[in-house]
Amino acid sequence: MIVADRKPIEEIIGYLKDHKNILVLGCNECVTVCEAGGKKEVGVLASALRMHAKKEGNEVKIDEVTLERQCDREYLDEIRDSIDQYDAVVSLACGVGVQFTAEQYHSTPVYPGVNTCFMGATEKRGLWTERCQGCGQCILATTGSICPVARCAKRLFNGPCGGSTDGKCEINAEVDCAWQLIIDRLKALDRLDEYEKLCPLKDWSTDRAGGPRKVVREDVQQ
Amino acid sequence: MTTKTPSKLEKILSEGHLAVTSECGPPRGSNSEHIIKKGELIKDHVDAINIADNQTSMTRLCSLAACIRLKLMGLEPVLQMVTRDRNRIALQSDILGAASFEINNILCLSGDHQSFGDCAQGQNVHDIDSIQLIQAVRHMRDEGKFLGGDDLDGKPQMFVGAAANPFADPFEIRVPRLAKKIAAGVEFIQTQCVYNLDKFEEWMKGVRDRGLHEKVYILAGLTPMKSVGMAKYMQKRVPGMDVPDEIIERLKGVEKGKQADEGIKICIESIQRLKECEGVAGFHIMAIEWEEKVPEIVEAAGLYPRPTVN
Ligand code: SF4
Ligand code: SF4
Repeated sequence: MIVADRKPIEEIIGYLKDHKNILVLGCNECVTVCEAGGKKEVGVLASALRMHAKKEGNEVKIDEVTLERQCDREYLDEIRDSIDQYDAVVSLACGVGVQFTAEQYHSTPVYPGVNTCFMGATEKRGLWTERCQGCGQCILATTGSICPVARCAKRLFNGPCGGSTDGKCEINAEVDCAWQLIIDRLKALDRLDEYEKLCPLKDWSTDRAGGPRKVVREDVQQ
Repeated sequence: MTTKTPSKLEKILSEGHLAVTSECGPPRGSNSEHIIKKGELIKDHVDAINIADNQTSMTRLCSLAACIRLKLMGLEPVLQMVTRDRNRIALQSDILGAASFEINNILCLSGDHQSFGDCAQGQNVHDIDSIQLIQAVRHMRDEGKFLGGDDLDGKPQMFVGAAANPFADPFEIRVPRLAKKIAAGVEFIQTQCVYNLDKFEEWMKGVRDRGLHEKVYILAGLTPMKSVGMAKYMQKRVPGMDVPDEIIERLKGVEKGKQADEGIKICIESIQRLKECEGVAGFHIMAIEWEEKVPEIVEAAGLYPRPTVN
């Protein structure tokens, strides 16, 4: 899933200082799972904004809505009839949701309410870690299903570097060394001999480097 | 062994001499006096001088320019090049630039992560890794082609090196990793600083068991300790560095004013022991901001005078 984290409330207050009718818009997908932008967090943020407005003596109306998804027009249409009541939206969806909402409601400012961080997994409640950077050409088949692009700080294809220590990465003793994990895994699969195969230069044209990307599937288009 | 490039370092190694290399960190500014001074200090005692490429990610005068300085002084530079800061366009371009000044040695590295340096908020590149950089230089030199496939007008005549850290984890992968670098085309290796000689010799045994010492020249890296403080710092803080407690105890055993001398002594003894280690083809003496000690170490270790080659 896409993992996001909460933005400091002061930053959000800063964006909203000139607005009087505000919609706090949550998303029921990834950001709900990572507890950054679901219905619960929408409620928490809306209350905090109301309290702040009250303290400052400002007359501000703040509504709460949480859509099934913000990266899908079908669900974004659910606020079409009410959007004109608002002079600003704070979207607690990931960066995709913020942008897609803005694209649908062209004349309404839409502010990001979270920091979108990465594609990752839930290790346990309150701990999410990165797994994939969407490079567009998955090489996991050759690296024991552990991604050096997303998980090695130097994205080495023929690691580990000389800084790997006790299974941890040179950048931080709290970060696992991806290459230690790869080697442990190759060993467990009895495929350690594959380690010595040279990994060819990566074609980054399917990555961010190639410019904005799209997936076109004519077979499923209507 | 026959030589493939005009590199003096390659010649010395191929004639079977124990090579001696050293390293200079470029200045943190445009003042090139330091580099000239450092070069002058050590030039008669070493065969080639590495110039670091923004080591520990602290921004410095570029390795290429400093190498050109040394070259203009008639010295033999080793261009260190990290993949952290340049994509494959810039890497190839800098290789050609260096080769145009007859810089005939390159050391291919990934580089320390930028979080250690003065631009921790900067991006890193890592388009290719150090092993792929070895392949890239060999491809340019031997095939006479760019990575993109076009013909080069002038091939870079570079003797290709890389680093190896016998002490990083996982230890079991350290010999296979060297084999991988050899498969990529590396011709010489400069190792991480050796303080744990037993472990180094164990690694070298693994290297010999696979006959790898016959495929690559291995220069053991050495850095003299200036003080107990430095030894402790290297033990605790530098990733991939193996400083045994005995080194610290030994430095502690002498009074403060004598610790630097003791550090030099340890360094010389290490060289003497490693001279006997089959497969060690030379020494890379990194006296960080202490270059003036290099001649003393080289002489005391019986590595002086340096051989002359044509
Ligand atoms: S190789 Fe690319 S697609 Fe596969 S997990 Fe890594 S970043 Fe994601
Ligand atoms: S320590 Fe491991 S994860 Fe960190 S940069 Fe080196 S190889 Fe990559």
